[in-house]
Amino acid sequence: MAAVTVNELHIDDLPWIIEYDESKCIQCGKCVAACAFNAIKPAIEQRKKSGSITEKNKFEKVIVIKQNVSFAEHCRGCGMCVRVCPNGAIHVKRNTDDRYSVRYRAAKADSVKKGGRSNLNTEGRTLDKIKVGRISQMTDPSLDAVRHTFELKTPFGRVLSADKLGFEIKNDTIIETKKLPPNNWIYPIIMGDMSIGAVSWRMWEAMAIATAYLNEVMGIPVRMCTGEGGIPSKLLKSKYVKYMILQIASGHFGWNRIIDAMPDMTEDPAGILIKIGQGAKPGDGGMLMANKVAKYIQEIRGVPKADLLSPPTHQGLYSIEESVQKMFLSMNAAFNFKVPVAIKVAASATSVSVYNNLLRDPYNIVGGFFLDGLAAGTGAAHEISLNHTGHPITSKLRDCYLAAVHQGRQGEIPIFAGGGLGQTGSFAADAFKLICLGANGVFSGRLLLEIAGCVGNDTERCNACNTGLCPAGIASQDVCLTKRLDIDKVAQNLVNYFIATDFELRKLMAATGCSALPIGRSDALITVDKNVADRLDIQYVC
Amino acid sequence: MCRIGAIKSKKYVYPSMALKLMRSQQEGHDDSGFAFVMQDLGGIFESYKDLPCLSMAATVKGTRLAEDILHDIGFTRVLQWSPDVNNQKGLKISPMPNYIFEVLQYPKSHKYATKEEKEELLIDTSLRLRKALEEDNEGFIYSFWPDILTLKEIGSPKDIGTYFGLWEDKDEPCAKIITAQCRQNTNYDIVRYAAHPFVLEGYTVLVNGENTFYEKNKQYQQGLYKGYVGFESDSQCFLYTLHYVNKILKWPLRYFMHVINPLSYDSINKREDKNILLRIKASLEHLETNGPNTVLSVTPDGRLLCTCDSKKLRPVVIGRDDNTVIMTSEVAGVNDLLPHRDIRQDIYPKEREMVVVNNDLTVERWQQ
Repeated sequence: MAAVTVNELHIDDLPWIIEYDESKCIQCGKCVAACAFNAIKPAIEQRKKSGSITEKNKFEKVIVIKQNVSFAEHCRGCGMCVRVCPNGAIHVKRNTDDRYSVRYRAAKADSVKKGGRSNLNTEGRTLDKIKVGRISQMTDPSLDAVRHTFELKTPFGRVLSADKLGFEIKNDTIIETKKLPPNNWIYPIIMGDMSIGAVSWRMWEAMAIATAYLNEVMGIPVRMCTGEGGIPSKLLKSKYVKYMILQIASGHFGWNRIIDAMPDMTEDPAGILIKIGQGAKPGDGGMLMANKVAKYIQEIRGVPKADLLSPPTHQGLYSIEESVQKMFLSMNAAFNFKVPVAIKVAASATSVSVYNNLLRDPYNIVGGFFLDGLAAGTGAAHEISLNHTGHPITSKLRDCYLAAVHQGRQGEIPIFAGGGLGQTGSFAADAFKLICLGANGVFSGRLLLEIAGCVGNDTERCNACNTGLCPAGIASQDVCLTKRLDIDKVAQNLVNYFIATDFELRKLMAATGCSALPIGRSDALITVDKNVADRLDIQYVC
Repeated sequence: MCRIGAIKSKKYVYPSMALKLMRSQQEGHDDSGFAFVMQDLGGIFESYKDLPCLSMAATVKGTRLAEDILHDIGFTRVLQWSPDVNNQKGLKISPMPNYIFEVLQYPKSHKYATKEEKEELLIDTSLRLRKALEEDNEGFIYSFWPDILTLKEIGSPKDIGTYFGLWEDKDEPCAKIITAQCRQNTNYDIVRYAAHPFVLEGYTVLVNGENTFYEKNKQYQQGLYKGYVGFESDSQCFLYTLHYVNKILKWPLRYFMHVINPLSYDSINKREDKNILLRIKASLEHLETNGPNTVLSVTPDGRLLCTCDSKKLRPVVIGRDDNTVIMTSEVAGVNDLLPHRDIRQDIYPKEREMVVVNNDLTVERWQQ
């Protein structure tokens, strides 16, 4: 009987298995060179010869491609080898009997870490169960998506109710009598917050270029959030900073530079976003593994090369009152009360309480509520957080909006919703539905990665952003890998996607007869799912 | 589609004028009802302009219920007018048993009350009456305000006119402002309350069109003021917004347009008053109606307004002579009533235009 080892990691424990057709292989080596994870290697196999065989040359040596079997080096299913193979000699196949995550924990006494997204998908997508069902007909005619003018801007900043604006009437005209919280009018879709570090500087630059182009050339006032990781000084001091929302999270990474640059800034940023939590891994702080902390990341963030683990909470802020008084006030003061300061939290069973408290803050200085659902992406997280914590965005957004309606305060703190938007292809459809449910706008980060060429998906493909070995050069700081990313091409794809999304958003607005954003217009939505209808207070249809 | 009309005259005019105005536009409406509001009343009502006038249709039980409530609060009747109904066979009308139009004296407790306190009493009383009558479906309170008389009924406008004797120009009722609509078939249930014109605290509104943002308007208005009730028609939202902007916020009338049809950010940004308009746009975002609609309104001080939305998909014309101004959906109506006017003076408002007719019948046009 042959000796069998059952406790070692084996190829059939791995999530992906390489299928290799030696007869098609020309041994060019491209697949091995392309593999960021070192998951395949050239190897020599001894084979029994066919044809005339003598005792002496019974066997022959054959060069083949083999799969590495180790926790550090194994296939993530990214398919880069498939892309580069000239003859289709190599393929990756999902292993439905995968035991990797059990094996990893048993061998390493450590949590599994991943990037990208949650992979369990037990919830299904509520947004796909909702249709835009109130189509204008006859007396309330549909509009022309191409020729009609549409208002696609929404306020970002604290909005006061009309009776608190302090208006006075002089000569039959309203005049302002007091300083009011800053409001910026922005496009309802925001490029989500991904830091330089979580993504490569090339990816970040492509997003920044796309943002500037969309604003300056296309007239689509999209704002981009920097993520917690700073922003290049040159950009800070340029006029383009007005399109950027600067993020501050619990690690405060990059803020030394921002503060240093303030005297030289010629424009105010579009806003400040204080990140308390994120949807993909609620309860955790940011996580940037040491292998992604390149030299320039160290410089921007002012840190040594080490795992950068932001705390799960902002030190010193243990209540909403404190956060209002300390952080919001200081961030407002930093930009002379001219820049809206918003908060980003992970959707949670407690979101309504948080939102209510912010709504009732007597200082009126919270200028936006970014609510992030569980299907959002992340650069790195514990798998347990990614797969088992979080709250879907749709019902929580609705809860927050209806809580405001209940108090007659809808719109006072604009809500921006995110978390897996565009997952099934159309950002515009998701945006429209969430806006109808009460969002002023939406945001997404992971969709931008997919537009840029990310090959990850929601069923365990790749999701190795945490390794720093992103095969698409998006979530990596490795010089060779990031070279794979064509900055101009990515910027162009992002611009194109937003142009398409802008049209599609108009298309839905046109069909429902809305020439302005239908914020809270839930009568436009229907669903065939009774539970969804009851939960969201929209029309059930069958 | 609705057909609506408003008449403002230097002399007292009769509901027959409103009936005639609507008759010539019959092809544009479905002939399913008739409702009118008269303001600046004449005839026997002329001497009581400061006292509240109750307009109500009710069952016998409902009438008693209402009288008991009014008595309980301390109101005393000063004048009552009941139309002589012509109950001939074959009329297409679903009449209520009683139609009450009465002028009441304020309770003694309000003898020295301020204007605001009296107004508060009137709105509280109308809400109480409405609630009491609604419980067992015993009737409808149409208006309870000084110098205003309202009638709404289901049926053929011609027959409603015959039933109430409105085709004859008798002394009662007459007024210097009459607004009217000949349609009951709203987008929602056929309910008397759902018929235009809608009245609240001296403001009257009629709408030809839709309120695309009805849902969000309604959600926002429900918490704004106790008098914003009913919402049987999406058009009531226009009335409540006009009342909110002009009476509660005390903003000049032209800002009503900036609330229901806000300009785009880009247009506002080019204006000198951009700071104000952007604040209004943000703060009252939930009162935008997003067209398509033409709104006719009357203010408590007797001015007539016409506002057209940004899409201008609803017709309206304003015709006038020295004594009368008529705003209505089709020029056929004006031609019938003012055939000898100078048609070159007719106004066809454009998109985003507000036309105001002052009490001396001077006309102001204001482009948003």
